[in-house]
Amino acid sequence: MRFITYPVVSLRGGALALAGALVAAGSALAQEPIRIGAFLSVTGPAAFLGDPEQKTLEMVVERINAEGGVLGRKLQLVAYDDGGDAEKARTFAKRLLEQDRVDVIVGGSTTGTTMAVVPLVEQAQTPFVSLAGAVGIIEPTKKWVFKTPHTDRMACEKIFVDLQARKLSKVALISGSGGFDKSMRGECLKVAPKYGIEVVADETYGAADTDMTAQLTKIRASGAQAVLNAGFGQGPAIVTRNYRQVGLTLPLYQSHGVASMEYVKLSGPAAEGVRLPAAALLVPELLADKDPQKPIVTAYKRDYEARYKTDVSTFGGHAYDGLMLVVNAMKRAGSTDKAKVRDALESTKGYVGTGGVVNMSPSDHLGLDLSAFLMLEVKNGNWTMVR
Amino acid sequence: MNSQWLQYVASGLTAGAIYALVALGFSIIYNASGAINFAQGEFVMIGGMSAVTLVGAGLPLAAAVPLAVLAAVVVGLLLEKLAIEPARKADTVTLIIITIGAALFLRGLAQLVWDKRVHALPAFSGDTPLRIMGATVLPQSLWVLGGAALAVAGLSWFFGRTLFGKAMLATSYNPLAAQLVGINTRTVLFASFGLAAMLGALGGVLIAPIAFTSYDTGIMLGLKGFAAAMLGGLGSFSGAVVGGLLLGLTEGLGAGFVSSAYKDVIAFAIILAVLFFLPGGLLGARRSDRV
Repeated sequence: MRFITYPVVSLRGGALALAGALVAAGSALAQEPIRIGAFLSVTGPAAFLGDPEQKTLEMVVERINAEGGVLGRKLQLVAYDDGGDAEKARTFAKRLLEQDRVDVIVGGSTTGTTMAVVPLVEQAQTPFVSLAGAVGIIEPTKKWVFKTPHTDRMACEKIFVDLQARKLSKVALISGSGGFDKSMRGECLKVAPKYGIEVVADETYGAADTDMTAQLTKIRASGAQAVLNAGFGQGPAIVTRNYRQVGLTLPLYQSHGVASMEYVKLSGPAAEGVRLPAAALLVPELLADKDPQKPIVTAYKRDYEARYKTDVSTFGGHAYDGLMLVVNAMKRAGSTDKAKVRDALESTKGYVGTGGVVNMSPSDHLGLDLSAFLMLEVKNGNWTMVR
Repeated sequence: MNSQWLQYVASGLTAGAIYALVALGFSIIYNASGAINFAQGEFVMIGGMSAVTLVGAGLPLAAAVPLAVLAAVVVGLLLEKLAIEPARKADTVTLIIITIGAALFLRGLAQLVWDKRVHALPAFSGDTPLRIMGATVLPQSLWVLGGAALAVAGLSWFFGRTLFGKAMLATSYNPLAAQLVGINTRTVLFASFGLAAMLGALGGVLIAPIAFTSYDTGIMLGLKGFAAAMLGGLGSFSGAVVGGLLLGLTEGLGAGFVSSAYKDVIAFAIILAVLFFLPGGLLGARRSDRV
């Protein structure tokens, strides 16, 4: 494989150096589309992530092509469905890199599928923008790996800052057993002392559990002043309902993993008063008019909902940011050369996306700070901004 | 302490009642065909999802619930007619593999017909929890327990008092002899799928307001129901009920008193232990010729 890859790369590099001399070759290359590879969990347990991500990528690629493409070339999306299976993700990533010869990969709906692919992209030296949550993806920093979603650590920190503001210090954790849930639980436990927070209970539940009253009954007796539920999927909605059922009235915090109207609908009236950190995309109408994110998230939400007749989700927003970061980097690099695109990605400054304002650096391949999160509270079945 | 204990029992019994309904479905089909129907969990899903769709379409719950159960029964009967009956002469293993294929097919179809999202059914009689000696119980839990109890009572009347029920029982004891006395064992197999689908769908509808429903709820509930059927003794109706309730209780008490992380481990460890000493399950046939 190596043997075949090298001549192609060096030829393209040569063509760039001798651009004037090789006009014919240059224009032939220019007609070739820019290949954007994607492996997403469109089906399976993580379908609620991969489905909006794929729809978003299709929509944005179409729009960019209608506007004339990037660097005079069209974009071509090569997307595979890994079904949430890390092993399949690895196989598809291999195909993207070796057979489809993509210029860049935007994908990896879950932390599991992303981490399975990281060694491959590092070896193939191809820029990879992940759409998964865990902080472990970009920490320690990997040369070719970037990501767009806020990390679970940021969510913990945002919640703890809010707890401090409410003068609460004893928190009970209840988390699911999925990858996201476990990772967030670990991060919360790690950063809690920094914010003077004491974790007085640490309960878990299984991915398909239908009743969490036992865990919550234990929490009720633990002396906690607030409860933090790290999880996504249907678990948090059941926790919320059981929470009211066992008569708990302490403040309940959910993670950004369930930041969607679906969670509020599933939980029903039990969701009243629940707080969670979320990205601006969820509440474009609550943003101040001068907020730089407002026009972007409003337009994306409008386009997405008009085209697919379904509510926009933060996860689709991650895919939007991933693709736009890459497109911006290619424009700034003035080429699709992998190393140059990577360098351009790393020097992204002031990109305004659905997730926040991105300022990357060699030591920060995410580029978001706590201000990218808004603290929301559910009131009358809708979101309101805290403070 | 006392109220905690009650809380664990209440949540355990609610889950256990659903496991019992699923387990009964496993046993009914096992008795009629000797095969394990791995599409049993999908009946649960079809029941729950249909009810959600019908309620969403504006039907009152009282109409949506029976219609949803009926929809699952139709699917169950079609499954038997189109997939199981043509392969009637095949051996049990083939039948089991067919049901696995049917389960995958139904799950895939559900993703197309409905969607991949999680849905909630409104509770039958409100969300205000009842306080019983310090423990809080949702009214829906009582519906689950009551519905399951009614289903079990109905089944025992059906098998004990009606001619067709007795014919089904006879077939389970000895298919050849049953055929010789004039029982149409093909009809029995056909009806057993309908009956199993009905029980599964009933469980699916009853639990949907508490545990929600989505295209893949059938996987875990099917597995738990199968475990309950094995625990109680495959093919035994009282075994299915005992197995289901016991499994639910160990889960609830295990999560409460030991650790929620090891809840499933505790439940399955108990099942393994029981099957090690009583290979036929708690109330199953005592056979010594097992291999």
